[in-house]
Amino acid sequence: MNAMTSPNLSIQPETPPVTDDYLRIENLWKIYGEFAALRDVSLRIGKGEFICFLGPSGCGKTTLLRAIAGLDPQTRGHILQDGRDISNLPASKRDYGIVFQSYALFPNLTVAKNVAFGLENTGRPKAEITKRVAELLELVGLPDKANRYPSQLSGGQQQRIALARSIAINPGLLLLDEPLSALDAKVRVHLRHEIKELQRKLGVTTIMVTHDQEEALSMADRIVVMNHGVIEQIGTPTEIYRHPTTLFVADFIGETNRIASHYKQGAVTLGSLVLNTEVPGLTDGQAVMVAIRPEDILPHSAGHEAVPKPNHLPVTISAQEFLGSSWRMHLRSAELGETPLVANFSMNAVRRLDLSEGSKLTVELPAERVLVFPKGA
Amino acid sequence: MSAADWILPGRDVTLKIDRDGLIKRGFMLVIALYLIVALALPLYTMLSKSFVTYGFDLARYEFQVSDETGGNFGPPTTAAALNATLSRFGPDDLRTSSEGRLSVIELFPNFSFRSPVKYRMRALDGASWLVGLDLVKAADWQEYDSNTFRRINLRPSTTVGMQNYTAYFSNPALFRSIENSLFIALVSTVLTVSFAFGFAYAISRSCMRFKGAMKLIAMMPILVPSLLPGIALVYLFGNQGLLKDLLMGHSIYGPLGIVIGSVFFTFPHALIIISTALAIADQRQYEAADALRASRWRIFWTVTIPGARYGLISAAFVTFTLVITDFGLPKVIGGQYSVLAIDIYKQVIGQQNFEMGAVVSVILLIPAVLAFVIDRQVQKKQVSQLSARSVPYEPKPNPGFDVLCLGWCGLVAGFILLMIGTCQLAALVNFWPYDMSLSLKNFAFDKMDGGGWSAYWNSIQLAALTAVIGTVVVFTGAYMVEKLDGSYFARGLFQFLAMLPMAVPGMVLGLAYIFFFNNPVNPLNVIYGTMAILVVSTVTHFYTVGHLTALTALKQIDPEFESVATSMRQPFWRLFGRVTVPICMPAILDIMIYLFVNAMTTVSAVVFIYSSQTALASIAVLNMDDAGDIAPAAAMGMMIFYTNVAARLLHMALSHGLLRRTQAWRVR
Repeated sequence: MNAMTSPNLSIQPETPPVTDDYLRIENLWKIYGEFAALRDVSLRIGKGEFICFLGPSGCGKTTLLRAIAGLDPQTRGHILQDGRDISNLPASKRDYGIVFQSYALFPNLTVAKNVAFGLENTGRPKAEITKRVAELLELVGLPDKANRYPSQLSGGQQQRIALARSIAINPGLLLLDEPLSALDAKVRVHLRHEIKELQRKLGVTTIMVTHDQEEALSMADRIVVMNHGVIEQIGTPTEIYRHPTTLFVADFIGETNRIASHYKQGAVTLGSLVLNTEVPGLTDGQAVMVAIRPEDILPHSAGHEAVPKPNHLPVTISAQEFLGSSWRMHLRSAELGETPLVANFSMNAVRRLDLSEGSKLTVELPAERVLVFPKGA
Repeated sequence: MSAADWILPGRDVTLKIDRDGLIKRGFMLVIALYLIVALALPLYTMLSKSFVTYGFDLARYEFQVSDETGGNFGPPTTAAALNATLSRFGPDDLRTSSEGRLSVIELFPNFSFRSPVKYRMRALDGASWLVGLDLVKAADWQEYDSNTFRRINLRPSTTVGMQNYTAYFSNPALFRSIENSLFIALVSTVLTVSFAFGFAYAISRSCMRFKGAMKLIAMMPILVPSLLPGIALVYLFGNQGLLKDLLMGHSIYGPLGIVIGSVFFTFPHALIIISTALAIADQRQYEAADALRASRWRIFWTVTIPGARYGLISAAFVTFTLVITDFGLPKVIGGQYSVLAIDIYKQVIGQQNFEMGAVVSVILLIPAVLAFVIDRQVQKKQVSQLSARSVPYEPKPNPGFDVLCLGWCGLVAGFILLMIGTCQLAALVNFWPYDMSLSLKNFAFDKMDGGGWSAYWNSIQLAALTAVIGTVVVFTGAYMVEKLDGSYFARGLFQFLAMLPMAVPGMVLGLAYIFFFNNPVNPLNVIYGTMAILVVSTVTHFYTVGHLTALTALKQIDPEFESVATSMRQPFWRLFGRVTVPICMPAILDIMIYLFVNAMTTVSAVVFIYSSQTALASIAVLNMDDAGDIAPAAAMGMMIFYTNVAARLLHMALSHGLLRRTQAWRVR
């Protein structure tokens, strides 16, 4: 499916292509008995990048992270970190810090002792350790909690301590395994920002595993979308959102309307409606899936042309939901049969066009926003 | 290897082993080796011995006799032929033990050691004979003069087969032991589980008073050897018993005494299991049942019993195994009533027939292993019924019911106190029941057979060593099983070895130790007869419960601790020492006290392998009782009780103090 020509080849990536690889993953396989958790995964990560592995549960993102950490070695393939082949090095010989969803703070040690755990026993003088611990606690904004036990802190505070502990020994790579999943929604949004800030300040190459697309979109420099053990797409958050290369990515990131159709004589049709799209590489008669995001559907007052304009579709509002900042409309059209089209209209548009349940209007499916994927991909 | 072989060419990636990995593997190997040497190999030796019989195979020996000149040898004749013409030995005479000897001159009625006649002999198929003390194994003719021939003894040859078993099953007296053992175990199990369930139900479902005191009293039988209730019963219902008339002519010596004593000493074991099962009740289920207007009776059968059924089954199996493998009680109060455990003792100590002892051991292993396997299956089915959201059950006061519960618990507690109180009194009076004035003369153990005070100090030493060494071995082993990544096979094997002791009765283990460690060929022979073998045997015998306690504690620790410590390039032992052990301290102390108390009270695991230098208090109770010194036996039993109470108190104080320091983090 990656071989499919993407509709956005012409678009330049928003960040310059990686020249200086810090981490290279080459043809990684992980096989459990008869099940392949990773299938030939290759990836390059630049120094200082913030990468998110995003995908549904069981897609292999955590498996990939644990292989990088040396906690569960891959079955085949190579991993290079900073030019060094670490493929078969035990975890203790690799260079990374890690934060888990469970925080994994040592409950019987104080916050300061937790943070100092990796520093002690390394020949550093005591005074230096104390200074470094204070520095780290300052960095994560909890300088006054040094003598507390983890159970005396809130979840968000515990996770910040775990973060401080993981960066204490200045690792070259920071691995975050669903670090925010156990937290309340509000704390999560707040910590997202803090982790990102911290990462920028330290410039440490970071990989975060998450199943939360919002988290990935808001934090990552680049997102690696995974499914069934393969990488579906790698790109910046906007690339991933605006130009998904596969139907899975389009579906998984954000919301998408999906309409089954066929590609005939150089165009995709929905009933009698001809859609102008920018899709190269389709063959005549091929079954396709048309995808468009709810917020990309533009409302217009009902038209009266005998022949509808291309990409313009007459619809009726069958149901509406108030979302606070916008309205979500379920649109029905004779051209689409039973499948309703879901669209998000701004408050303004709804007021201007005086829309309510039962209203008739025309919606535009802008050519540059319509995505077409070969069916079955 | 993995499926990757046919999906992908090449070899699977394996990580290099770092120092941590080496140390961990080393530790696991050491402890696995311990279990193999202290458990698997002795059991294997015993099992194979049970199939071995010793006998003089006369058909394998051939003789030639010369004339009076010492030359002109006659035709070769087999010893079997000689025996046949003489009708000297019957088949029973030819059966023997591993140490048996048969003098050859018995087959030559005309033999005279002064005669010049010479003898030639040879042995076929590896049979052997002794010339004086020298072993000869020769298939070609050896010539001896009469004077030497006099000193020749045949050695038995071994046969491997089922003979021992057929002999066992064709002996009706031995066979009856099986029926007796099963009968005693079944009756005791039904009684103990019912009583314990009633007790646990009263504690968890009523608002009766004195719950704390009742629980404390109910646990007391754990602190005494199983011989002690036997002694108490002798004093209460024996020939000179105070309450003898209550039995209306029935004798306490026999099944009645064994069952009452068994109920006494298994009660706390069953109670712990059933209490745990009842304690995990969810208040909301009862509220739902109330809302549906179910009667108390219906609630009992539809909510309480199903919730506790796994606990009940588990308690039944534990009780059954304890009773059928117990040796002390039938020894003291069993009279002529034979049971399997006594048979082993008689065969080994009484008749020195180790092979037959092994046969009875194997037979005793069957119900024990069966009970163990079924119990494990049931345990696996028992999914945690208490979710984090459950609301613990809180009983509401109900005066009538509460008094009823208190009455029942009081009755049980009274029985336990009566038994221990009787022993206490018997230990302190001059001459029961004629001179009931108090004296300490029964504590003058040095004047009795059985080991004296040194036996008591030996016991303290054994218990302390078992507690310390055992805890280290058990906890380290459990840690390796739980936290060592890698080979599932090695971990599975280790886990199996760790669970095995639960299914092996103490006497069976002891007998296996005789076979294994008392073999001069075994380099470990040096520990035979020392304190070391007692420690090894006791640690091994009580391994499983400690292992399970440690595993439960370890499973509650976040599995990512190891990953985090590794990522910080810290060695595992630093995490182990600074985090894992402190967090598990309560469990570690529990394992320690468990091992200590059991080492003080055990008889069966050590009765075959103690020596005169390493006599133990529990053994002294047995031997003094055997010698008729019942009052000193009771006194020694009470010494064990006092020691265990003191150990418990120390454990409590220690836990309290240590926990305050190491578990400060538990306080929010």
